[in-house]
Amino acid sequence: MKKTRTVELGAGLFALLGIGALFFLTTQATGGDDFAAKEVYTVQARFDNVGSLKPRAPVSMSGVTIGRVTKIEFDPDVLNAVVTMSIDKRYDRIPDDSDASILTAGLLGSQYVGLQAGGSDFYLEDGSEVLFTQSAVVLENLIGKFLVGNSGKDDDE
Amino acid sequence: MPRELWITFVEFVRTFGALTLFLVELLIQVPRVFVRRFRLIVAQVYNAGSLSLVIIMVCGAFVGGVLALQGYANLTRFNAEDAVGIFAGFALIKELGPVITALLFAGRAGTALASEIGLMKATDQLSAMEMMAVDPIRRVVLPRFLGGVIAMPLLTAVFSMIGLLGAHMVGVMLLSIDVGAFWQQMQSTLDLRDVSEGILKSVVFGVIASLLAVWEGYNAIPTAEGVSRATTRTVVLTAIAVLITDFMITAWFLR
Amino acid sequence: MLRREMNAPRDNIVEIRDLHFSRGARKIFDGLNVDIKRGQVTAIMGPSGTGKTTLLRLITRQLRPDHGTIVVDGVDIANLNKAELYKLRKRFGMLFQNGALLTDLSVFENVAFPLREHTNLSNRLIRHVVLTKLHAVGLRGAADMMPGELSGGMARRVALARAMATDPDILIYDEPFVGLDPISMGVIVRLVRRMNDALGISSILVSHDVDEISTVSDCSYLLSDGKVAASGSPDELNRASSELVRQFMHGMADGPVAFHFAAPDYAEQLLGRDSE
Repeated sequence: MKKTRTVELGAGLFALLGIGALFFLTTQATGGDDFAAKEVYTVQARFDNVGSLKPRAPVSMSGVTIGRVTKIEFDPDVLNAVVTMSIDKRYDRIPDDSDASILTAGLLGSQYVGLQAGGSDFYLEDGSEVLFTQSAVVLENLIGKFLVGNSGKDDDE
Repeated sequence: MPRELWITFVEFVRTFGALTLFLVELLIQVPRVFVRRFRLIVAQVYNAGSLSLVIIMVCGAFVGGVLALQGYANLTRFNAEDAVGIFAGFALIKELGPVITALLFAGRAGTALASEIGLMKATDQLSAMEMMAVDPIRRVVLPRFLGGVIAMPLLTAVFSMIGLLGAHMVGVMLLSIDVGAFWQQMQSTLDLRDVSEGILKSVVFGVIASLLAVWEGYNAIPTAEGVSRATTRTVVLTAIAVLITDFMITAWFLR
Repeated sequence: MLRREMNAPRDNIVEIRDLHFSRGARKIFDGLNVDIKRGQVTAIMGPSGTGKTTLLRLITRQLRPDHGTIVVDGVDIANLNKAELYKLRKRFGMLFQNGALLTDLSVFENVAFPLREHTNLSNRLIRHVVLTKLHAVGLRGAADMMPGELSGGMARRVALARAMATDPDILIYDEPFVGLDPISMGVIVRLVRRMNDALGISSILVSHDVDEISTVSDCSYLLSDGKVAASGSPDELNRASSELVRQFMHGMADGPVAFHFAAPDYAEQLLGRDSE
């Protein structure tokens, strides 16, 4: 019977260690805290060029992640890209004349959507559209324009 | 020649079918065995899990350390040594943790299972059970299978955790990467989806490795040579099956 | 012995009729008929490779015959489902060649194994039964040993105690005398006889140890070429005139069972004439 006890203790310790390790991986190694809002609202923005923006890229304001890109589509009627973003309900007072630009984290980093606050008294809400947008800077275009002698102005609306 | 190929192919399909039926037979009996023979399962979790812990932890620590070294050596060229945490975290949690744990499991626990069951068969212990009206599938095979299936995800989690700590030791303590950058870069890049990919892999690998081990043992030719061949086949087949499924699961998650 | 006469009504506990069985292309049984009488020790003898062990596996339906019927105590075992089969098997006790003790359990737990699996007896009662059975085979003192620590003869006695644990009606011995020293052999021989008579069960004994069988069996079958070559009491067999029976009973090297395995002509092969 002593042997059974050792076996059961050993198995129990092992299971606890394993579950502890799973817990460690899910909490310590991941940024589940980064953007895990349960309640979100959705806004859209149209860009001429989204560059290499991907779904699940962060949406940030003043460097704080407040939402995520959920969908990127091409609108065949207007011929531009529609980016759908989910934004945490806690940030429900973003002026509706804020502008959205596609930025790059660092020189070679991944792209994200940065929101720059406007001055309007009305706020973005579920389903509204960010009107002022700035497309991704495409390096090749920039270099091309520079060579032709044009200053690389590449914004719209 | 084409005829031999065809025969080999048919034989492969047949074996695969038999293996699938074997798995179904096992799964059907799981609830019953889980209730009635829980203690046997606990003992097998001990055999497959607790007794593999040391090798898993040692290997995990060194794999983590090597990842930190390699990551540092290459990322430092782009001044991106802060990303060593991301590199090690991704590699361990999504790939190396599940795969290396499965391979170590096949070598440590899988061979033990196959040779144990094979020897029980060779010494008529399985027939003796049959004669005592005890189903050896329920008494011998299933507890071992379930023990392996339960142990594998836990072993994988331990491996990945120890690996991260190993990477931390080498990266932060030896190569003086900033500790905050190391962990925060990892945390902001990895998310639950990545961890669940790792867990899913470890569960699938647990089923594959345990199934192949008990299958090879149960179907071993009951001689000394047959048992030794069964243990070898266990390791080889598990390695192949694990690497193929790993590719498929990874591809699935990249969609 | 009076009891033996009493225990032998004209009644067969196992009846095998027209049994055919083959492994691959090799025919092992070709129309075999065997009766095992209730309350007797029946020996199945035959040269190596005549399928004696196979016959045991057929009787307990670890294998299925290609053709023919096996009736155990009035029940045709061919069509039993798994539950009925296991119910039938509880009436068998089987002693395997090397004992087949479960190596991860102690001697005590090995004997207790069928009881724990099939009954809800209390631990005290199980202990009682196990110690009684171990005492009967003279190994009560070895209860706490592991199977690996036992000698061959002891392992077989433990296996016998285990086979007896659930009080079966039929005890089957597969080569119980192989590889034992004369003392252990004598012990087993006496145990076989005593278990059979004291408990009023029927025993089937597979062996090729002619001397031991002569002392222990009531009736013997000699198998050859997939058929019964001879049957009867040990005395009758000893007096039989058939060449094969005499060769087997007296251990002669050559006879109907040839010393040489089928081979091309000796001289020709040595001179290398058959190389093409």
